[in-house]
Amino acid sequence: MSRLSVRLPGLDLKNPIIPASGCFGFGKEYDQFYPIEKLGAIMIKAATEKKRLGNKTPRVAETYSGMLNAIGLQNPGVDTIIKNELPFLKDKQLPVIANVAGSTIEEYEAVAKALNGSGIQAIELNISCPNVKEGGVQFGTDPDVAYAVTKRVKAAADVPVYVKLSPNVTDITVIAQAVERAGADGITMINTLTGMQIDLNSRRPLLANGVGGLSGPAIKPVAIRMVYQVYQAVKIPIIGMGGITTIEDVIEFLLAGASAVAVGTANFQNPMICSELIDQLPFALEKYGFTSAEEVIGKGHLNE
Amino acid sequence: MKQVKGLLRATDLIARDTIQYQIELSPALLTEIKPGQFVHVRIDQTAAHMLRRPISICDIDFEKNLLTLIFKVVGKGTAKLKEKQIETMIDLLIPCGNGYPLDELDAEHVLLIGGGIGVPPLYYLAKKLTEQGIKVTAVLGFQSKADVFYEDAFKALGDCFITTNDGSYGDTGFVTDVIEQRQLTGDYYFSCGPTLMLKAVKTKMQAVPGYISLEERMGCGIGACYACVIDKADDSGNVKICHDGPVFRANEVIL
Repeated sequence: MSRLSVRLPGLDLKNPIIPASGCFGFGKEYDQFYPIEKLGAIMIKAATEKKRLGNKTPRVAETYSGMLNAIGLQNPGVDTIIKNELPFLKDKQLPVIANVAGSTIEEYEAVAKALNGSGIQAIELNISCPNVKEGGVQFGTDPDVAYAVTKRVKAAADVPVYVKLSPNVTDITVIAQAVERAGADGITMINTLTGMQIDLNSRRPLLANGVGGLSGPAIKPVAIRMVYQVYQAVKIPIIGMGGITTIEDVIEFLLAGASAVAVGTANFQNPMICSELIDQLPFALEKYGFTSAEEVIGKGHLNE
Repeated sequence: MKQVKGLLRATDLIARDTIQYQIELSPALLTEIKPGQFVHVRIDQTAAHMLRRPISICDIDFEKNLLTLIFKVVGKGTAKLKEKQIETMIDLLIPCGNGYPLDELDAEHVLLIGGGIGVPPLYYLAKKLTEQGIKVTAVLGFQSKADVFYEDAFKALGDCFITTNDGSYGDTGFVTDVIEQRQLTGDYYFSCGPTLMLKAVKTKMQAVPGYISLEERMGCGIGACYACVIDKADDSGNVKICHDGPVFRANEVIL
């Protein structure tokens, strides 16, 4: 065990830094900037059963210290992803966390089944996408539905299942406990907060979809608070995300209770960010008085 | 594509709200660049602006190793870029996207049709075309006299007709009006400008093969995030403007 490594179900990570789903494609584009095998793992772009074309444009808008997106789960479909995208990541020996999305419980189950034997290390069950009309966030805002879809996917999948939680709920711990009861191996959190920007000239919402998901540093305090609460409410590990741009942010998420972190929006501003964070982590651990990344996990809690 | 920092050697207001940057970069990097490609510019080193801004490449000076970019101040991000002082470092992803297909071009005379802030990429294209011995005629449309730039630069390379929507300079009306009135044509056309203009140009120039360069709000700028897509004309889905474009055959996409 090196001092950066962390262990989660199905994931033996050499470091806790992971690019977040949807912000990093399937890795090829960022491999131009640094060898992506350096990453702890990769969360690949959401897969649905069939190809999805996504929403109309504009799909993104910048907001202060953040951005809104409404891509709408565009992807070539799970079979094409397995055939065209996974071999590159396998060659890189980079652990893959496959984001699974759907409009119905049956679709989630079908995508998870399709991924069986594909060589991925874990599934990230996306019950929190705010940008599609059917499915997505509706599965993540009702604890009974979240339980049902997690249970079905858990039964269908041959790898550990991490459930990606939506922050657009009154009490996120209720959802977290529901998916834990359903057998989830871990939790990834948080997905984007729903938001909107209105263009003053057109007097209409700027995004073609109207509503979008807010990400970036603007949402980090919300994410920290939620990781902190969920850490106290469940026993399964958490991969934390929401507005990470600096190594201090990484330490803060680990203190809140995350066992690893994902970096999303910051990749757009600085394509080198994940690589830089990995390089900076040993120095940050030393600076804040830790000997390993695992030692930091949950140390922000009063009883720790 | 690389992430590089280049020294801002000059920043000038060349028309209303229109800024010209000249950035010093390595000769090796500059020789890689094709007309029609763009750079993705980071606004500053803070977390206030999480998205870069795509700006098309206007010119390259190989003697001074300068890259010329022209952008219009339209929001908070470009307003910050306007305030940058010379001798500061500009963080770029470069070069982004695919340029115009110059090598496969069988033409003696091409028509360049630009509108507003769509004019800059046509300038480096015009230079490269004339270097290849191809005659260029430019039709450049602007809102008003205060917005006009690069007229002399284009005139040094071939015929150039300026038109303004309000008639305050050059011809009056849209670029398509000028093409009609002056009976302009070519073996190919290349166009960049607002979507409405591109639609009108495409309709007007139906008989001529053409290439258009598109603009859209972008996320990553490198093909990973699927923010800037446009539907393909053959119903087979969409393409990414940043990665598959920004230059497309005019009949390849639905505007």
